Amino acid sequence: MLRRIVLAAAAAGVLAGLLLTLVQHWQVIPLIREAETYEAGTAAAAAKAGAAVRFVAEAAGGGWARAALALLMNVAVGIGGGLVLSALIALRGGAGWREGLIWGGAAFAALSLAPALGLPPELPGAVAAGLPARQLWWLAAAASTAVGLALLAFARPRLVKAAGALALAVPHAIGAPAPGGGAGLAPPELVARFAVASLFAAAVFWVALGALCGHFWRRLGRS
Amino acid sequence: MASVVTNTQSPAVDAPGRPEVAAIALSVGLGLAVLFVAGFAGPEILHTVAHDGRHALSFPCH
Repeated sequence: MLRRIVLAAAAAGVLAGLLLTLVQHWQVIPLIREAETYEAGTAAAAAKAGAAVRFVAEAAGGGWARAALALLMNVAVGIGGGLVLSALIALRGGAGWREGLIWGGAAFAALSLAPALGLPPELPGAVAAGLPARQLWWLAAAASTAVGLALLAFARPRLVKAAGALALAVPHAIGAPAPGGGAGLAPPELVARFAVASLFAAAVFWVALGALCGHFWRRLGRS
Repeated sequence: MASVVTNTQSPAVDAPGRPEVAAIALSVGLGLAVLFVAGFAGPEILHTVAHDGRHALSFPCH
């Protein structure tokens, strides 16, 4: 069982991570680069934000090293997410790629869509509340959405289903930590394009990851 | 898939037994740990590696 979960997660995670890297390089990374040109314009931002990132980017002429790091990160998230999704698929008694699509969609809703409602995807140089507060709200929103979706989908009693719906709403009723005053460094047009591009990339990634987990889960059971 | 007598779950066709639940719990824990390190862990070197990905997957960054 453990072997089957790990193998399905590894295969699905590598493929979905590769796919995400392609989509990011086409849609997302150019916007991050552009935002960094605004960020680099301010001395304060240059001091705090990612001097190491710039070092890596400059060391390799901004090209392959940065792409390799992005690929590494994406495959790691793919394998981590794949472990959770494959394990949940196993818990529910198995799935093929079609059911996997739904699992992936739920992961996207919990880990990208719901947190983004309170904390829109940030470009470097955005104005935002303190990092620990945002990370805490992000975790709470993701966990609450995951539990809410699970109760809605799998609980039998109506009251428990209603509690699931409530769990979906609670983080947003409480509200994400608000940014302080002032405007971000990047122009609003860039911020809007980035929010859509990053949610699009995340949707492609999670849905593909879920479908691949379901596919490999079933296939590994046959051999 | 082994059927375990102590399985008290609803009679799904292919419901997992006890050792399998342990494997599932281990996988979920491991997967969440990997996601947490990739998305949230603080050290500068991890932040460098994960920077673009964190922005791109809408994890809170910086």
